[in-house]
Amino acid sequence: MSNERNNRQLDDEKELRALLKREFHPLQNAEPQRDLWPRMLRRLDARPLRVPWFDWVLAAAVAAALLLFPNAIPVLLYQL
Amino acid sequence: MELLERFAAGDLEAFEALFRQHQSEVYRWTVRIVRDTGAAEDLTVETFWRIYRAHERFDPAAGNFRAWARRIATNAALDHLRHARKETVLSEDYPVAPGADSVVRSELRGHLRRAFLELPARYRLVATLALIEDEPYDEIAEAAGISVALVKVRVFRAVRILRKKLSSFGLEAAAK
Repeated sequence: MSNERNNRQLDDEKELRALLKREFHPLQNAEPQRDLWPRMLRRLDARPLRVPWFDWVLAAAVAAALLLFPNAIPVLLYQL
Repeated sequence: MELLERFAAGDLEAFEALFRQHQSEVYRWTVRIVRDTGAAEDLTVETFWRIYRAHERFDPAAGNFRAWARRIATNAALDHLRHARKETVLSEDYPVAPGADSVVRSELRGHLRRAFLELPARYRLVATLALIEDEPYDEIAEAAGISVALVKVRVFRAVRILRKKLSSFGLEAAAK
């Protein structure tokens, strides 16, 4: 019974392999139509701007200071 | 310093050299999976973008760049199949093989194409490489980061799903 099922599976696989190959050509020799390096360079140049870690620390310190000392907000705004 | 060591250290010229060495191979591998030349070009760039970002994780002493690139390309292609599953028109760039011109064949082709497109991406990946491209199971396993046994299971399930769908279209006889 198990052998029958295995054989059936193998037959199905062979049939489908043939059908699929008829429908979709194997593409083993496909080559890119152009040099992709210029596109790669554009992608590298489009890297999102990275904010240095110390800028984040500074921003966090300012936010923390304003939370702890809200009275400093008008003074800070006056200085701006 | 060797090319791979320079790449791992973040040298852009080394990356360019590796890109030029491997772009065709990555493209060939990708187009065989996604079967769309435009998408394969995008995914080749995406693959190398991921490679560039991960340069620090690459170990030049132990590393096989080709296998590593292929693994990343396979993951990028799989992501593409997951997101573009319904929209992709398979084989659009490549004409059908001659001799498949009868009405029944045309109908069968349509159903087969649809059934293939509806396969879950992870099954479609292995089915494409194993059944259409005749890629050895161990190569598929290495590229997909899974065991050979799991490749066999996925091919088995893909075949079962396709057979069931073709049967449900009443095309079993035509398929034979």
